[in-house]
Amino acid sequence: MPAIADWIQGPEWAVAVTVAAYAAALLLRNKFKWMHPLFTGAAAVILFLTFTDISYEDYRIGGDLILFMLGPATVALGVPLYKHSQRLRRHIPGILAGVMAGSVVSIAGAWLLASVSGLSTAILYSMIPKSVTAAVSVPLSEQLGGIPELTAVLTVLTGLIGSMFGPMVLKLFGIRRDLAIGVAVGTASHGIGTARLVNDSEWQASVSALSMSLSCIITPIFILPLYWLI
Amino acid sequence: MLGLAILLMFQFAGILLKEWLSLPIPANVIGMLLFTCSLFFGWVKLQWVEGAATFLIRHMMLFFLPYVVGTLVLSRYVETNKLLAVAFSLVASTIAVLLATGWVAKLLERKEAEANAGDR
Repeated sequence: MPAIADWIQGPEWAVAVTVAAYAAALLLRNKFKWMHPLFTGAAAVILFLTFTDISYEDYRIGGDLILFMLGPATVALGVPLYKHSQRLRRHIPGILAGVMAGSVVSIAGAWLLASVSGLSTAILYSMIPKSVTAAVSVPLSEQLGGIPELTAVLTVLTGLIGSMFGPMVLKLFGIRRDLAIGVAVGTASHGIGTARLVNDSEWQASVSALSMSLSCIITPIFILPLYWLI
Repeated sequence: MLGLAILLMFQFAGILLKEWLSLPIPANVIGMLLFTCSLFFGWVKLQWVEGAATFLIRHMMLFFLPYVVGTLVLSRYVETNKLLAVAFSLVASTIAVLLATGWVAKLLERKEAEANAGDR
């Protein structure tokens, strides 16, 4: 049925469905505060693909167009960074120490948990760099001997977990200060976590943006010793 | 529109710089750091970019949405009986990172506050 396949090959339907799902998810969030727009929006798109039996590869034609906007959006995080630069500078030692602690726990924790859970070494290596943004975690996984495609998925899921539950978990354990929340969410769940904090507080988001950038530099350095170990 | 043009320019500058110097940092992050410096040195005025930047940042989650949809291919790489173990490792290690980072940052913030009392 070539007539039906024609529009599927274009990006328009996927862009429309994604933006509509996001808009609907925002409306839902306004009604129910605990609903995370990224989770509900993506779940709606996945349901749509399942019901219409359209493959993920066809969806990606339009999905990639939306992903492109991540570039200018990440650059735009420079605005909160600039606005809060005076205050950020005063907290550099705390931010740096937090990111370093987080990187170590992230590498060691993923290793430990994946071994304890009896996962294969390929999955284990794919899991180690998952807290740092995908542009860094995917090549790191490749060098370690992991599966890059799997690391991409695990990185996004890690971001989603931190973005959905990060601030709540931190508050549960008595971590309520804006600075600590920003450093923790940025280090544990990169851009996806930062994208959530943007809606909570601009100061938290600027700390998170700086932490995720520092993590891009620090995590690869801390992973270096692993090359001799494995 | 000027704002969006500037942001796109810095994204491209990030890509160029990454390629020329073969930096291991993501191009978008390089672009962000360059852009922050340019605001700092006054090469870019805040009012030129604020509108576009505010809009893009507020809806940043939309731009991540296709990535989250992409996680539905997880089952291609992990056998079904291992999915629970992967989920457990993901959640537990993410919480561990959150708490370790948060605690250290909180501890140092308190120490800093004590060192220069009254300074907030």
